[in-house]
Amino acid sequence: MFKTFIFGLVLGVLATAGALYAFPVVDLQREHSLVSVATNGGNVESFYINVPADRLLARQPGQDSLLPDMLDWPGVDILQPIGVELYKIRNERGVVIGVASQLSESGSTSTDWLLHFPARGSQLISVQTQATSSGALRGDLRAGSREFAKRRGSVAVRWVPDDSTDEGVAGGRIEMLTNYVSQVDRQ
Amino acid sequence: MMKYAVSLLLGLLCGVALFIIGLLYNPFIANRTVSPLSAGDTAVASLSYTAVPAKSIAFTNNGAGRLQPHPKGIRLLPEDTLEQTELMVAEMRDARGQTAGIGVKFSSRSERTNLLRGEALVNSAWYVHLPDRGSFFVEQAENYWPFIQNVLVPAYRNSANSWKGKWSGDLSAGPGALGAGRVTGVGGSLLGRSMVAVESLSVQAYSTEKGPVSAEGRLLIKMQPDDVTATD
Repeated sequence: MFKTFIFGLVLGVLATAGALYAFPVVDLQREHSLVSVATNGGNVESFYINVPADRLLARQPGQDSLLPDMLDWPGVDILQPIGVELYKIRNERGVVIGVASQLSESGSTSTDWLLHFPARGSQLISVQTQATSSGALRGDLRAGSREFAKRRGSVAVRWVPDDSTDEGVAGGRIEMLTNYVSQVDRQ
Repeated sequence: MMKYAVSLLLGLLCGVALFIIGLLYNPFIANRTVSPLSAGDTAVASLSYTAVPAKSIAFTNNGAGRLQPHPKGIRLLPEDTLEQTELMVAEMRDARGQTAGIGVKFSSRSERTNLLRGEALVNSAWYVHLPDRGSFFVEQAENYWPFIQNVLVPAYRNSANSWKGKWSGDLSAGPGALGAGRVTGVGGSLLGRSMVAVESLSVQAYSTEKGPVSAEGRLLIKMQPDDVTATD
């Protein structure tokens, strides 16, 4: 009986080690990346944010309304000119694949977007506040992590109003069209 | 026959328990106690933030864990693709304790997690905006294994389901040299600068029901030597 116990003990140790080795502790849900190749090079991918449905947090300087209502913005002077919005971000099929933040400061000529896709990596994009002739805002990928670490390129951000949303609420969607080139490919 | 089956089952359970205890107290998994940024003589900037979700400006996750979203009414992240993701907005304080700016942190559990090697990894990205200086982006992996060993497990072992004491440790585990995170200046006077960062956590009280009760995080940012030369 003691030998059986020892056998079980060894088996338990080996089985646990084997299970930890064979099965991933973290298994993230993935969506297929909907990437296409641009005519003049680079990879094109679109992201969408439905407003107000995908908005998690909103605070703009000089505005009393906050999202959520209970948000307690610090009273220090240095943070008063700062506006922050947080969103969920969707792929071309409308599936939520990440989160995004938009941070701006009063008087600045650009706003910074941080996009985070759990299974892929993060991107930091600086977007000009002055629209181009096409009506879109132009931005540049300043930095990235993991899948986006070695990429550089541009982003076009466009606001598309949607009149079918609830009355009194400014609705629509933010479209982000990214066009990135891998730095490795260029060398 | 029955007694052999019981012996085998008891042996199996003891084997599993023995392995888990061995994993948690494995002396071959070293905890880094000295920050790699302490070496050298280039300038290091320190920014601290509260690591208690209820004291942050905003925090949200899937709502199912011990860390509760804050403030009340903030939307959750219940989608399958975001269920292991957390989002935080925090006031960043300088070394004198004065508010220096604001930080947004996104973090998701990493598929590179390997408990056999003492790696409980989280991929995180920071965007920090300092109105007087500029803004920067931090990409890093964080290893929470030392935190699990020294705070989480003792808290669960305690009959009151809590832990009190003082634990400090570095979380950063790459992708930069010596396990530091990579920093890119993206605005203001920091635009275009390459830096490295180490994020550390200091915990004084932890509850298994509410998470951290008293804890502070810190980002240590260091310029790359050639960058300092270029700007001096």
